[in-house]
Amino acid sequence: MAQLPAIIPVSLLLSAFVAFLVGTFRRSLVYPITLLGIVTALVAAVIGLIRVLQDGAQHYYFGGWPPPLGIEYVLDHLSGFMAVLVMFIALLSVIYSRRSFLQEVPEKIVPLYSLISLMLAGLTGIILTGDLFNLYVFLEIASLAAYAVMAIGNDKAPVAVIRYIIMGTIGACFYLLGVGFIYFATGSLNMGDVARILPSIYGSRLIVVAVTFIVIGMALKMALFPLHIWLPDVYTYSPSAVIALIAPIMTKVGAYVLIRMLVSVFLPNYLTSVLPVTLIIGWLAAVGIVAMSVMAIAQKDFRRMLAYSSVAQICYVALGIGLANSFGLIGALLHVLNHAFMKCCLFQISGGVRYRTGLWQIPQFAGLGRHMRWTMGAFTVAAISMVGIPPACGFFSKWYLVLGCIDAGNWVFAVVVVASSLLNAVYFFRVLEKVYMVSPNNDSIVTTASDPPGEMLAPMLILASGIIILGVVNAVIVAQILEPVVFSAF
Amino acid sequence: MEAYFSSKPLIAVLVPLLAAVLIMLSGRRPNIRELWTILGSVAMFGVVFSMLPDVLGSKYPESVLFAVSPGISLALRADTAGIIFGLSASALWIVTSIFSIGYMRSLFEKKQTRYYACFAVCLSSAMGIAFAANLLTFVIFYEMLTIATYPLVIHKESPEAIQAGRKYLAYLLTGGVVLIIATALTYKYTGALDFSPGGFLNGVAGQYNLLPLFVLFLIGLGMKAALIPLHSWLPTAMIAPTPVSALLHAVAVVKAGVFGFVRVIGFVFGPTLFHEIGAGSVLAIMASITIVVSSLLAMYQHNLKRRLAYSTVVHLGYILLGIALLSPGAWVGGLVHIANHAAMKITLFFCAGAIYVKTHCENIDDLDGIGKQMPITMGAFALVSIGLVGMPPVNGFISKWFLGQGTLAVEQGIYLVILLLSGLLNAGYLFPIVRRAFFVQSSKYTKFAETSTLLLAPLVLTALGSLFLGLVPNGIFHFYSLASNVATSVLAGVGR
Repeated sequence: MAQLPAIIPVSLLLSAFVAFLVGTFRRSLVYPITLLGIVTALVAAVIGLIRVLQDGAQHYYFGGWPPPLGIEYVLDHLSGFMAVLVMFIALLSVIYSRRSFLQEVPEKIVPLYSLISLMLAGLTGIILTGDLFNLYVFLEIASLAAYAVMAIGNDKAPVAVIRYIIMGTIGACFYLLGVGFIYFATGSLNMGDVARILPSIYGSRLIVVAVTFIVIGMALKMALFPLHIWLPDVYTYSPSAVIALIAPIMTKVGAYVLIRMLVSVFLPNYLTSVLPVTLIIGWLAAVGIVAMSVMAIAQKDFRRMLAYSSVAQICYVALGIGLANSFGLIGALLHVLNHAFMKCCLFQISGGVRYRTGLWQIPQFAGLGRHMRWTMGAFTVAAISMVGIPPACGFFSKWYLVLGCIDAGNWVFAVVVVASSLLNAVYFFRVLEKVYMVSPNNDSIVTTASDPPGEMLAPMLILASGIIILGVVNAVIVAQILEPVVFSAF
Repeated sequence: MEAYFSSKPLIAVLVPLLAAVLIMLSGRRPNIRELWTILGSVAMFGVVFSMLPDVLGSKYPESVLFAVSPGISLALRADTAGIIFGLSASALWIVTSIFSIGYMRSLFEKKQTRYYACFAVCLSSAMGIAFAANLLTFVIFYEMLTIATYPLVIHKESPEAIQAGRKYLAYLLTGGVVLIIATALTYKYTGALDFSPGGFLNGVAGQYNLLPLFVLFLIGLGMKAALIPLHSWLPTAMIAPTPVSALLHAVAVVKAGVFGFVRVIGFVFGPTLFHEIGAGSVLAIMASITIVVSSLLAMYQHNLKRRLAYSTVVHLGYILLGIALLSPGAWVGGLVHIANHAAMKITLFFCAGAIYVKTHCENIDDLDGIGKQMPITMGAFALVSIGLVGMPPVNGFISKWFLGQGTLAVEQGIYLVILLLSGLLNAGYLFPIVRRAFFVQSSKYTKFAETSTLLLAPLVLTALGSLFLGLVPNGIFHFYSLASNVATSVLAGVGR
């Protein structure tokens, strides 16, 4: 099973093409094929992670060419963690998506599913590759597939996506240029190799430029404040099931690349003191958390509120990266996981409400608590977790981030982290009040609503219980998976 | 002190959670639902009470579960301090459950399933707070308590209730996050969070300035303990159904804050360090201000429940004052008052609830002559008022006696004056109610018509309980022995 790291993206790539070919003739087969590809990738990722935990990192050389000549795939604690997370969320989202797509965009199922597989292949490729240029290739695969998937929404979606395409392409260009500079300076593209060469040439200005470009590129991709402006529109107008898939993982992969650069390519010391990139990221994130939470409070559209909340939450991750100490990074990585569960759950709920009632304006949500009991139960759990109340997992990301802030002696960040949980409380409890305490008008569509079908409800409930379970077992994840990542860096 | 492994503290936390699940599952069958509440409360009390003999013998049942953060476990340990809080809350849950059933059914309240389920979760969190063996476990249950109480505060779902709920969350969530920062800072300083009698911060006292840390704890815990000026959520939260005000806003929630102070001062800072950094006088002064100001504010309340809420703030101040003074007598007085005040104040709230169910009156002005109609209820009210003022033979006297001794032991006579003055002020806002009820003639209430037994029995029981604890302070629950054990273990090595 030495090919394990490669099986994950390859099975997805395969299912993307097979699904498209077969789907042209038999539409009903598209969904099972996609599901098969995702399950295969998930199983491979889980086995891979278990093997990493037992024997340490797994390397695979494409075509048998050893690095630095060939392309290397690395399954270590960090990439195994991310791969399992992405594939798990993908599985639940795709199961959820079938009924939703049938209602919202029934005629476009074939391209949708094959593009989703392609995007997932790109994302897992980014996660697993040990090669800087190969990462760019997968970044473009994932992004282009994502642009297409997101544009298949309502009439406003293509316009919103155009902005994303422009911003995303600029981001990718920055990243590519950065990699180019690294290649000039080191003559290598393999991450491990570059990491070995870099310490001797840290004085070079090329590296400064390279770091700057890569960070800007990834900041655009992960929608780090103030480069987030493409995000709210896209998240509002694309098909709800697509957003339930993309919101939890797409921007996180951008954050993953930053973390990968921090722990595997550049020495953390270089990024914190010689060139204080992490500090800048941290401060942008701190401002972003507050500003975006306030924006979320101002929204009446539920999807848009969740979109702004997503930007705020990705800033949490960025803040953890910005702290550049072990607790901060643990908090960031744990929040990648926690927030993926929370946001996936929330966007699925938003989609579920839309599926049954067609509503997305919060003022019209009155009475949903009685008529969509289980959906709103899941919403309550997710909301409580977003506010950071134990035993839900959101509390623990907050805990590690606060520990990180205090370790760094940065009181402003500490206040921002806890204050934002109060701001979260404002915008989530506003919805909860509406949902549970206000009676609907008699002619409201809510009075005839019910929970969405089991295929949509089950993923929500699994995620909601996952939120609690992750909170309870967080120490296991931290000790087994995240601490090895962090201790290898610091 | 020795700890041994036992699942009992964990069971005490899980029983009400299980009850909550069963309550939600039997929402359509009210009698079975209420049966779960009663069974849950009795079972929880049984478990807590069964730990009492061991705890008195200084053998602490302990359940250490999995880690919640590397190096910090979710650990529950029933020690002497915890069992005081645990016993009072669990014993009173039984009577409150009976009262709740009578109250909610008489008023035909909506959403009773949610009400009983949240109530059970609150009690579970309260047990977690009582038995938490380290600061992180404490914080986890502390936050859970905040959120589980929210649906109870907004139970009426009227615009005022929603406003009250917002205020409630704003105060208590803010307190919660400040407490998280304080906990993280403690962890950073010491690398440990386990409560130990006499504190564990002593070792780092030289390295860090610890007064700011205490101020963070003061804000974080003071919110729940309704310390002035952080108290204003409590009177507002009185919009909740009366059983909620009775058990949660006189016992579980506010006492969780006060109990947090016991933990932080006795088991985190330790009395010596606490005194050295000057935090003792800060807290004592704030508690004194709380006592005097809220006594005065109580007199101006026309709404009975609001007046009782301010009275709660006063008595929480007593407890905090006792803890802040750091003398054995003051600690015994403060800790015993946790239980004593619980029994007394819950009686008064039950009386207010019984009056509301019978007459729909909430204001004190409407109570003229009600003693004729509801003599038993108002008799209980009068008896307990005597206790709250601090007169024998009711248990309030016992607490005040020890508190008074405690002030003299540290030669802080000024606090004795405050205690005695506040006794008068207590009389000033409680006795007029009794006077109106019994000595003012009114045409409204002319003949005997007591409230239903489900409402009457609990309040008679708690009133008699207060009397019993006043006559036999060490009876059944051994509150006095427990409190003096805590005082001895925490204050050991303090030279005064």
